[in-house]
Amino acid sequence: MDFILQPWPWYIGGPLIAISLLLYFYFGKNFGASTNFETLCTMVGAGKVSDYFKKDWKERDFALLFVIGLIIGGFIAAIYLIPNQAIDLNPKTVQELADLGFSNGGNQYFPNEIFGVEAFLSIKGFLILLVSGVLIGFGTRYAGGCTSGHAITGLSSLQLPSLLAVIGFFIGGIIATWYLIPLLF
Amino acid sequence: MKNSRFLILGIFFAIVLSKTQAISWYRFYEMFTFQSFHMFGVIGSAVVISMVFMQLFKSGKIKDINGNKIVPKPKKKGIISTLLGGTLFGLGWGISGACAAPIFIILGFELIPALILLVGALLGAFIYGLCSKKLPN
Repeated sequence: MDFILQPWPWYIGGPLIAISLLLYFYFGKNFGASTNFETLCTMVGAGKVSDYFKKDWKERDFALLFVIGLIIGGFIAAIYLIPNQAIDLNPKTVQELADLGFSNGGNQYFPNEIFGVEAFLSIKGFLILLVSGVLIGFGTRYAGGCTSGHAITGLSSLQLPSLLAVIGFFIGGIIATWYLIPLLF
Repeated sequence: MKNSRFLILGIFFAIVLSKTQAISWYRFYEMFTFQSFHMFGVIGSAVVISMVFMQLFKSGKIKDINGNKIVPKPKKKGIISTLLGGTLFGLGWGISGACAAPIFIILGFELIPALILLVGALLGAFIYGLCSKKLPN
């Protein structure tokens, strides 16, 4: 039980992610997460506005169940499995974040400066989250996948488009963390 | 229902990502600033082990539950779409620390911020759907 409540090291998490991919394919479907954004658009009626969304979402019922599982699993993990959210950060990272105005770096999973009540109730904080979401939804669909579909499924099956997409992920992620975060905070 | 196995798998995947801290904003910040090995270890080992599975799929040593050969769908090609789309996603990921699956998982941790991210992501996918034919590939 103690092991369950401790943070899991990368050499446990990585293999378990690979096993999740294995099971997903074993169950007969292609592993990925971001197509669900389109499916959810279809479900809320986006097909009335654009033919792109005129699809039968019931064909993706398995993926929607996976999404419901993700939500349930998130609640289970948050409530029962992580008594201490502290993250063992590099002291350099903590200092760098403190200089940017992020206090208590790594004392929980999500910084208050982005996820706290005061942050998301401010116009700036709300827009930071909303625009990030738009970039995630638009970018993953334009690229044809996210971390699951491209970085893990695509790279491991040696697909060139996935290598390009992952290079893109890092270009964007580096611009965001090196330049945009210091600009925004 | 036979698809309920995907529900269980979703719960399992969410717990794995949560326990490995692979949903934490800080973990992705330190990954993109190259200040820690953790996320590289998580993603790298997942990819390397998945490569072994892919070889076993290809050789037919592992078949799916119905006995069919497992063939991962080919990704859509296009240099601009993958690079530019990937970069835009990376910008959102780098700022918010969330990628696609974790947005749903984070609902359990930080409900309202995750809902804002989710609404944004649906809006983004919707905008993509509206203009997908006009975008360079």
